[in-house]
Amino acid sequence: MKDFGELILALDATTKTNDKLDSMVSFLNSATDADKLWFVALLSGKRPKRPVKTSFLREWAAEVSGIPLWLLEESYHVVGDLAETVALILPDVTETSEKTLDDRMQDLLGLKSLEEEEVKAYIVSAWAEMNKTERFVFNKLITGGFRIGVSQKLIVRALARHLSEEENLIAHRLMGNWDPQNVTFQKLLVEPDENENLSRPYPFYLAYPLEDTPQSLGDIHDWQLEYKWDGIRGQLILRNGEIFVWSRGEELVTERFPELEKLKDFLPNDCVIDGEIMAFKDGAPLTFNHLQTRIGRKKVSKKILEESPVVMIAYDLLELEGQDLREEAMDYRRAELEKIVASAKADSLMISEKIEPLNWGEAAKLREKSREVLSEGLMLKRRNSTYKVGRKRGDWWKWKVDPMSIDAVMIYAMRGHGRRANLYSDYTFAVWKGDELVPFAKAYSGLTDKEMQSVDQFVKKNTVERFGPVRSVKPELVFEIGFEGIAPSTRHKSGIALRFPRILRRRLDKRPEEANTLDDLKSILDFYNI
Amino acid sequence: MRLIEFTEKGLYCPQGDFYIDPWRPVDKAVITHAHADHSRWGMKSYLTHHQSIPVMKHRLGDISVAGLEFGEERKMNGVSVSLFPAGHIPGSAQVRVEYKGEIWVITGDYKLIDDGISTPFESVKCHSLVTESTFGLPVYKWKPQEEVFREMNDWWRENREQGLASVILGYSLGKAQRILCSIDPSIGPILLHGAIHNSNLALIDAGLKFPETELITKDTPKEKYRGALIIAPPSAFGSPWMRKLKPYKVGTASGWMSLRGARRRRNVDRGFVLSDHADWDELNQAVEASEAEKIYVTHGYTNIFSNWLKEQGLDAEPVTTEYEGELSEIGEGANQEKEAE
Repeated sequence: MKDFGELILALDATTKTNDKLDSMVSFLNSATDADKLWFVALLSGKRPKRPVKTSFLREWAAEVSGIPLWLLEESYHVVGDLAETVALILPDVTETSEKTLDDRMQDLLGLKSLEEEEVKAYIVSAWAEMNKTERFVFNKLITGGFRIGVSQKLIVRALARHLSEEENLIAHRLMGNWDPQNVTFQKLLVEPDENENLSRPYPFYLAYPLEDTPQSLGDIHDWQLEYKWDGIRGQLILRNGEIFVWSRGEELVTERFPELEKLKDFLPNDCVIDGEIMAFKDGAPLTFNHLQTRIGRKKVSKKILEESPVVMIAYDLLELEGQDLREEAMDYRRAELEKIVASAKADSLMISEKIEPLNWGEAAKLREKSREVLSEGLMLKRRNSTYKVGRKRGDWWKWKVDPMSIDAVMIYAMRGHGRRANLYSDYTFAVWKGDELVPFAKAYSGLTDKEMQSVDQFVKKNTVERFGPVRSVKPELVFEIGFEGIAPSTRHKSGIALRFPRILRRRLDKRPEEANTLDDLKSILDFYNI
Repeated sequence: MRLIEFTEKGLYCPQGDFYIDPWRPVDKAVITHAHADHSRWGMKSYLTHHQSIPVMKHRLGDISVAGLEFGEERKMNGVSVSLFPAGHIPGSAQVRVEYKGEIWVITGDYKLIDDGISTPFESVKCHSLVTESTFGLPVYKWKPQEEVFREMNDWWRENREQGLASVILGYSLGKAQRILCSIDPSIGPILLHGAIHNSNLALIDAGLKFPETELITKDTPKEKYRGALIIAPPSAFGSPWMRKLKPYKVGTASGWMSLRGARRRRNVDRGFVLSDHADWDELNQAVEASEAEKIYVTHGYTNIFSNWLKEQGLDAEPVTTEYEGELSEIGEGANQEKEAE
């Protein structure tokens, strides 16, 4: 596994995309097919189920290193990564083993049929035959998530270069729910069999947030405007009479949405539709909270189906009668899509209506009001654009409405993970209820490194109490917290739950007593949850 | 009355009426070493190892300072004060304080291994030990320095072959000279940032010797940078001064570089795990060798390390100070200007 360990080290050591790409290609050029397949699977998040509980890893590592468990836990809070902590505290070794990545993966997969003592014996002896880097990678194989700045796009580029193939083709072959245990590298990427690919979705084309003014996009008549729906992105595939629904997370979710499954009896032709899965009832969209009751639930009860029915709001057509339309202009794809949606005449399939303001000024006004129709803003798509792969600038933009916001006081801080390890970077915020501060949200993103360091210093100097990794601090710093949605909650003391809370900015101009109140939050809740 | 008290101005010896590494202006200060968080401006008189004097004068200007040899004794109102090598940087010392048979040792910053430029650490037996704990967690274990310098030489060679400059960031006092004296000078020319050049001049006054280097000035021609090794202080990172060195690769040499999080946050091409502080094993070794009955743990993971010592059956407690350890080396100290000369 040395080569894979070195690859991870090299990817971790640089922030430059080209250096990462070079390391990946040189690994691919010399690795075995079995190792290459694991490389793709692991880096794109297709890892087998965790074979060992992390609580066992902690116990065993502390035992082997001769330190108490609490000291390992404290170290973990500083390091911010369990796999790394364990790799660092274990004693150094002199002899290392020659096992390959595939050998280790097969070993790990075999652990589930073993007794706890046998699993422990294997893990402990594996640690004893690896250097620090290999140990880190090995632990990551168990705990999951490498987080080394390698996007799916970059994996695709490396594979394309290694195989001398087109990137789009590779991206397409990697879609879907293939399983590294049931496929070979050759079968997946070199010699795909068309019949097995009936369900295979196209890579989604994703929009960047609009960075400049909309006027910079030129004539509004070159653009198609739609609302940006706050659901989950989905792809509906009908081929040879079979229907498949994919989510953007490349998960096959057909069974979860019987309303969409039944569309196979309505759609006039074989086709692939790109759109938004939304909770929708009585001619109007429902809040995201409704959709949430459907996500993650494989079997849906009659009651939930009635309370939170879903539809697909279609906005693009990628394939028609087996023909890939992605290179056609959007105007053409849209016209074909409208025909299909119209002739399907199904309750659960509707078109994402175009909105047609006369100029960008009018468009801006519509955007301001987009929350009133439960949308998150506008989508701007160039009328002659092709359907691209992944996130690309230029033809599609999302122009989101500004988040809702509230001023809150920081009351707890915790050390972060990854890049923010060893820094107090994860905070809990509170608003006033009388003279009490009630926590209502946690957030960790939104500050610059410099601001984070100054807050870190504040936390260290103003700690009131320590609870393990968490410190309560003097309620002094005020932040503006932005969020995308708000819902009632019985699980939180404040009685509300926020969607995507994040720090918009530090309010140096505000004293803690000037922060907002729980009543302010509740009035926002009442306004958006009728 | 305790022999040493922990006050708002720093560690204080009431019987001898002097402070050790105070962070507020006082009359009499005994200084462990010349780093800015231990040797501050504004004391009426300073007492320190004689090797620290040229650097302190260079940094603090015209100060009233007296020098001691290692092991030499100075009486202050009946209290015996002497210095013993701490191995942290040239001139760095532990302060031994004795009165009526009671002995305290204040370590300042220290490491146990011989770095080739600092007088190596000597263990001193005492009743009470005040130890730092910058890297007082079991995840911090340094590999042999030979291995680190081998990595550094390889990295420089590789960059040189590609026609790139290799910029290494490290404290201008201590770390920079350690690198300078351990790197292989046959690989190519070595150039210095002004802050490091100035420290070198002060250290040459203190009796140290260095390989041949060249100071970078605004007239240094661009082609000189290609393939060269350039040593600069952490504060140079991202500065206009640094942009002139392009194209380059940049590495940071610090104990913090053993953690991926710190490495990624620093956003350098390469992190070298090289520290002038004791690692976990060295801290434990130093505590044990002191045979102290009471241990006070200062700057670093004070709570965690003292809890660990307590579990080992020792009488330990954490103490709050304003020392920074190595944090400003990765641009995370409170005093960001520490390295600006």
